[in-house]
Amino acid sequence: MAIIMKLEYEKSIELYACMQRIRLVEEAISTRYVEQEMRCPVHLSIGQEAAAAGVCLALETRDKVFSTHRSHAHYLSKGGDLRKMLAEIYGKATGCIGGRGGSMHIMDLDVNMVASIPIVGSCIPLAVGSALADSLDGRDNVSIAYLGDASVEEGVFHESANFAKLRDLPVLFVCENNLYSVYTQLHERQPDRPITALAEAHGIPTYHCDGNNVEEVYRSTLNALKNARSNKGPSFLLLDTYRWLEHCGPNFDNDIGYRTEAEFRIWKNRDPVILYKKNLLKKGILTEEDTVELKCEIQKEITAAFDFAKNSPYPDHSTAINNVYA
Amino acid sequence: MTSDRSISLGEAIREGLLQASQRDSSVIHFAEGVDDPLAVFGTLKGFGDKIGHERMIEMPISENALTGVAIGVALSGKRPVISFQRVEFAMLALEQIANNAAKFHYVSNGQHNIPLVMRLIVGRGWGQGPEHSQSLEGMFAQFPGLKVIMPSLPEDAKGMIIAAVNDNNPVLVIEHRWNHYAVGNVPTEYYSKDIVGPKKIRNGDAVTLVATSYMTLECLRVADALSSVGVSVDLFDLRVLRPLDLEPIVQSVKKTGKLLTVDTGYRKYGIGAEIVSSIVEICFNFLKLAPIRLGLPDHPTPSSAGLIKNYYIDSIKILESLNTLIKLDRSSFEGVKKNIFNERKDIPIDVPDPFFKGPF
Repeated sequence: MAIIMKLEYEKSIELYACMQRIRLVEEAISTRYVEQEMRCPVHLSIGQEAAAAGVCLALETRDKVFSTHRSHAHYLSKGGDLRKMLAEIYGKATGCIGGRGGSMHIMDLDVNMVASIPIVGSCIPLAVGSALADSLDGRDNVSIAYLGDASVEEGVFHESANFAKLRDLPVLFVCENNLYSVYTQLHERQPDRPITALAEAHGIPTYHCDGNNVEEVYRSTLNALKNARSNKGPSFLLLDTYRWLEHCGPNFDNDIGYRTEAEFRIWKNRDPVILYKKNLLKKGILTEEDTVELKCEIQKEITAAFDFAKNSPYPDHSTAINNVYA
Repeated sequence: MTSDRSISLGEAIREGLLQASQRDSSVIHFAEGVDDPLAVFGTLKGFGDKIGHERMIEMPISENALTGVAIGVALSGKRPVISFQRVEFAMLALEQIANNAAKFHYVSNGQHNIPLVMRLIVGRGWGQGPEHSQSLEGMFAQFPGLKVIMPSLPEDAKGMIIAAVNDNNPVLVIEHRWNHYAVGNVPTEYYSKDIVGPKKIRNGDAVTLVATSYMTLECLRVADALSSVGVSVDLFDLRVLRPLDLEPIVQSVKKTGKLLTVDTGYRKYGIGAEIVSSIVEICFNFLKLAPIRLGLPDHPTPSSAGLIKNYYIDSIKILESLNTLIKLDRSSFEGVKKNIFNERKDIPIDVPDPFFKGPF
């Protein structure tokens, strides 16, 4: 049973605004990437906004997020500072980690975005360890491990799930199933069985959501969090979604032959941002004018953040040797 | 600090870990069999009763994830200690060790610390064979961000394992199983020995001898046997492989002009390779003869007592290599060799040597 039957008005707007902000930021990165000033790989989240916003907006600030190579949306949803994120992607000293990691390592302790790790599955046990520390010390924080559909192919997922359930740790495994590992389809990598069955085999309760329906993601997350905070252990959320752009980079790549334009169009018609916008317009929670105004505000923030990032200095190369040891 | 109490290195490790755990409640232990009757060769014996069983985290047979879990608790302010019963099991955790433990402080621009101790135990003897006796310090020492130590003597082992627990960096402690049996004087109280630099354990001018781990004990036997014929050597127990402090070795080679390194692990791409190449770069003009490296031969460790007959470096081989640098007269050389040989006598080659009793 959903613990909230009807979302509060403010939360609906927050979810929508968060997704719209992610969309516009990622589009701006995509547009400006050709300038070749963002000199690191970028894995954009266009099409997957609901999976980020629906989960992270259900969290408290004290809850901890562990992410992957595709972390921009998670960071922004967790309350991250757009200026610090863009500066990091531009390799600047003002980046959230001073240019040490770039797009694939976005982290910021101010908002408990503890780490983003680009090696598939590598962040999962870190989230479990964070949950173990909270469990040992009696704090009711929850740790979130974001993973992709390929992560369940990694041994470390199963090792982590086994241990998390063994000790009923307050951790949420959030699997964004975008159907592809780089260019390889899910059915070429995994047999025909539900991904949720893997978590269930470890004794972990699962939620299978339309990952493009932000309210469904949000409600399922709240349920899972309630379990975690009442010492009932981990949950596994499977969010079906789709990556619009290439695995890594700013472009559409439906033409190179690993997926069809027809498949892409099906998912584009299920655009999480547009779907939710229509929903809120229909309910009268937002007007067209509201959405235009919101877009303008976000664009202003984005322009200012790009200016900040571009005008920030590079870190001095003599500091590259610093912080090898504490 | 002095002590008349003699205990083994294994007991010294246990005492250090226990005292560190009792002083700091954030220390928690992970191992496969962390609280079982044998408790990692006895080195964690009785910990549960003394510090609380909730601080003894049983590791499912999931080395990579549990190393990640330990990194995760370290990110949250704990001081985890993972004990791997053999080096080889830590290989399954290499992803977490190399990608996360070693890099978190750096990548986070100093915001994250990983105060993690990983104990890797090197097996030897009784047919341990190819995958229970590897000493892979050369590989682990490649990663910036890790500290890698190999304590050889009981007093160092206790102080250094305490320092490792208190260190805010990931520290790999590579313990040779045969070193566990070495006995020496160890103070009973809590003390910390800084994780720095090689330690000179014999002083001399004939040659500079640099050894790691169990090979330090074999070198000690040679150094002491040589003193009976009036030859003294500078013997360094390297102790800390990373960060590497070469300066004491540089000063010694400037004095002796001769260098012999003895690895516990492989000779190729080994610790000796790093030291010899650095010394050649820094002290080329001081070298009187080409340095020599000793280490394990270029094949896996076989199990059979017959096949390992010539596999490990021992004090006789060290003496023979050393003699090409110091050129003893024949009777002195044969005398020293005979003394060393008599000490070991007919002890089978696949069991620990009872000779190594301190004070060192």
